[in-house]
Amino acid sequence: MSGMTGIVKTVAEWIKGFILFYGVYIVLQGHLTPGGGFAGGVIIACSFIMMELAFGKQRAEKELSEHGSHLLDEFGAIAILLLGLWGYFLPQMPFFSNVLLEYWPGSPFHIISAGSIPLINLAIGIKVGTGLYTIFVSLAEYKPELQEKEE
Amino acid sequence: MMVEIAIFFLLIFMIIGMLFVLEIENLLSAVVMMGAIGFGLSVIFLLLGAPDLAIVQIAVEVISVVILIRATIHRDIKERADESLSNISSIPLLVCIFFFFLMIYPALRLLPTFGEPVFLNFYSSSVYYLRDGFHLTGAPNIVSAIILDFRAYDTLGEAIVLFTSVIGALSILRYRNRKKEHNAS
Repeated sequence: MSGMTGIVKTVAEWIKGFILFYGVYIVLQGHLTPGGGFAGGVIIACSFIMMELAFGKQRAEKELSEHGSHLLDEFGAIAILLLGLWGYFLPQMPFFSNVLLEYWPGSPFHIISAGSIPLINLAIGIKVGTGLYTIFVSLAEYKPELQEKEE
Repeated sequence: MMVEIAIFFLLIFMIIGMLFVLEIENLLSAVVMMGAIGFGLSVIFLLLGAPDLAIVQIAVEVISVVILIRATIHRDIKERADESLSNISSIPLLVCIFFFFLMIYPALRLLPTFGEPVFLNFYSSSVYYLRDGFHLTGAPNIVSAIILDFRAYDTLGEAIVLFTSVIGALSILRYRNRKKEHNAS
């Protein structure tokens, strides 16, 4: 199974960057415009899934390897937890408190604002994108035993 | 008024689509129809002024449809199994529905009346978020401010759910693959 026809491959080659950067835009602007870490992460995962569907496994392995997606997934999960614990270990602050707000005060139309909200958005975007891609790869490539028995 | 009419037609479209999903024979067509229903729901969110929810809904519907199509084509299931609801006895179903509504009745009584604006109560949490959200968090997008600052613990729970599902999918599917290779060798 080495992908689809030439038309699909050409179109996928053209629009993969646009989809990826639209996802990155939604993640980075999550505290200013509609969107956020979850929606942007799903769009990032969509770009990798499109490459895998159009070109097959070998080409998608070049874009984002399976091991790399596991590592990014775990990195995102740990980053969310550390950003929450950062406020927890400061004196008189609750869990997930916005510790960076005094350094980066909130101002509309500026990306570096709103304290630690953009950082949590970025961590959630990395985590959701690579996590959904990993689920897709595991569903698409690891053949379960049931199918072998039916054949 | 135009928005209500558009939502009315979209709801009719979604109900017809759901009937198609329930009755159609081909599994692949049912999956595609589910995607159409999700698209209608995202348009309803957009008309009601919730672009955050519309983006999430359309992205998740598209990606879930792609994943489900990939999974169903891979398993090569053409027809769905011959199951019908008539085998299920109706008395346990009615008892379950009765106890469900008995349990959720106290929660339903606390909801405001349909159509009544919730912002009239000055001390409710939604008014507090809208009034002080920008000064307390600094995020102009109030949805981000709520889910990442006021209710960040819920977001951590969502991330843990996704992480657990990734671990589950990898461990279950990989285990079978490795066992098969071990038996073959």
